[in-house]
Amino acid sequence: MDMKRSYYEDVQLFTSGVVVFWFVALLLFLGLLPFLFKNYYVYVANYMAINVIVALGLNLLVGYTGQISLGHAGFFAIGAYGTVILMTLLRCPFLLALLAAALIAALFGFFLGLPALRLEGPYLAIATLGFGLTITQVIGRSEFFGGRQGLHTPELWVGPWHLTTDRDFYYLLIPITVMLTVAARNLIKTRVGRAFIAIREADIAAATMGVNLVFYKTLAFAVSAFYAGVGGGLYAFVLRFIEPEIFTLLMSIMFLAMVIVGGIGSIMGSIVGACLLSWMDLQLRNILSIPYLGDWLETLSQSYFSITGVSNIQYIVFGLILILIMLFEPLGILGIWLRTKRYWKTWPF
Amino acid sequence: MSFFKVCNLSISFGGLAALNDVSFEVQKGQIFAIIGPNGAGKTTLFNCINGIYTPDEGEVFFKDQKINGLRPDRIARLGIARTFQNIELFNHMNTMENLMLGRHLHMKSNLFRGVGMWGPHSFAGQEEIAHRRKVEEIIDFLGLQSARNQPVGGLPYGTQKQIELGRALASEPEFLLLDEPCAGMNAEEKQDMIFWIKDIQDELGITILLIEHDMNMVMDISDHILAINFGGMITEGTPSDVQKHPEVLKAYLGEEDGEGSA
Ligand SMILES: Nc1ncnc2c1ncn2[C@@H]1O[C@H](COP(=O)(O)OP(=O)(O)O)[C@@H](O)[C@H]1O
Ligand SMILES: [Mg+2]
Repeated sequence: MDMKRSYYEDVQLFTSGVVVFWFVALLLFLGLLPFLFKNYYVYVANYMAINVIVALGLNLLVGYTGQISLGHAGFFAIGAYGTVILMTLLRCPFLLALLAAALIAALFGFFLGLPALRLEGPYLAIATLGFGLTITQVIGRSEFFGGRQGLHTPELWVGPWHLTTDRDFYYLLIPITVMLTVAARNLIKTRVGRAFIAIREADIAAATMGVNLVFYKTLAFAVSAFYAGVGGGLYAFVLRFIEPEIFTLLMSIMFLAMVIVGGIGSIMGSIVGACLLSWMDLQLRNILSIPYLGDWLETLSQSYFSITGVSNIQYIVFGLILILIMLFEPLGILGIWLRTKRYWKTWPF
Repeated sequence: MSFFKVCNLSISFGGLAALNDVSFEVQKGQIFAIIGPNGAGKTTLFNCINGIYTPDEGEVFFKDQKINGLRPDRIARLGIARTFQNIELFNHMNTMENLMLGRHLHMKSNLFRGVGMWGPHSFAGQEEIAHRRKVEEIIDFLGLQSARNQPVGGLPYGTQKQIELGRALASEPEFLLLDEPCAGMNAEEKQDMIFWIKDIQDELGITILLIEHDMNMVMDISDHILAINFGGMITEGTPSDVQKHPEVLKAYLGEEDGEGSA
């Protein structure tokens, strides 16, 4: 047997022809999806893909490095505002603006990572929460960022292509998502990712083996923020309009829920969690327009659950589903996945 | 040049002295053992050497360089590795990955190179192959083949101790600190461990600082022994010298209150 190959097998993406087959099949499906489904589902797919990007990044931080962030909506906002402003003010081309904005988010992530060196668990949660809230406040109060009125996104040109529809955007978004997925997967299989996981598992032992905790913890924050920044920059063009109210604490919690429901410390978990919760989020918004049931839920919501009189039943149903999932699958969807995988060992991630 | 030297080291926790004015010197190539009852301050001494604790007073020199005050990873980079009394493995990683983390210092792939591992000929791919081959040698040396791809958290205690030794060896240290490597092992595992420790000294030329309770083993393999109790030094010398010391006799040879007095 060729020894060189056998060692690469430990880390390679495509361990067999079957894996290649499934990967190609998936890419084909993604490529054809806009032709198979109606436009609304393309919009849904875009929404999912963006959340997949953010969840991947957040899982690198929370699942792999063992830190916590309740402020990812802040990085998401930096990505969104950064991209739009760089495009309108500096006339940056979209991809360049997106990259630059994500790098700015990463820089903020790096600085937010510094307190993480001293804080743990709940204390870190509060520090990151404060960051997320601050970003929204700063944006909301500054005319430069459009204040409370928000900002409209400019026309979207990528090279010679003018992207106007959800479908156009889909073909930009999916390759970026696939690239970032493979990148995250490569990262955790190599030296830097191993250092991340080692910090989660036993940070003192990692340090005595030569892992610089300061560097790798802040790096994990920066990478995670970069992913959120990319997600935010792309999301601006899904909405075509951004305002501070979008980037709430609820959004940060939603990102975290995707990671936990999907599976902590798992690439596949990030993807499944993000898709599932995106889907639920979109569907439950329509819950009140279901005949009869919707009316009943609205009355129920307004008379018993709501403080302000605004119906909030979708969040309650949402929360209920999350609790049920976690009750029956404490490992998240990943738990189901691991059991399936025992029978079906041919998937790349 | 002195290889390794501890000078007047003291540290206390909440007014309680865990180490009090400890000094000793380790020669290159030695197996240097530290003995003493539970709570004597042995692990604390390791933690001071490693940079996990900062001593209140005193200094630690490795090859004439003062190392106390440096971060643990800086100290590791100088060539000092260790194992832990209470196993500190990366439980969800498999044996290979645990040992690969031991190669961290010798690898170069940064974030961008790692992300860009597009195939076996990429920089990160090449590096993974080269270092996995190195780690495989250690896996063979310690007979860990059957545990190679197992998450280490679920492996038997003795095997975990071996993997910790393997991880430390993977970093190719010049100076190896072993905190009770045989604790909790059965007779056969103990025999293996003693064999490996001797081999590490003889074949790899690594200097070893060893904490161990098993007197037979310590007397058998050590070149030099330091006995401590209540954070202070009791005696120091060759195994036969130390063995004759009345307090060591009292602590280790049969008397019930030996361990209890700690
Ligand atoms: N981080 C710490 N905080 C408080 N006390 C400690 C700490 N580390 C060690 N000690 C104390 O120092 C003394 C020596 O402990 P240790 O070095 O673990 O002993 P040994 O390894 O010789 O059994 C014990 O009394 C222990 O309680
Ligand atoms: Mg101890």
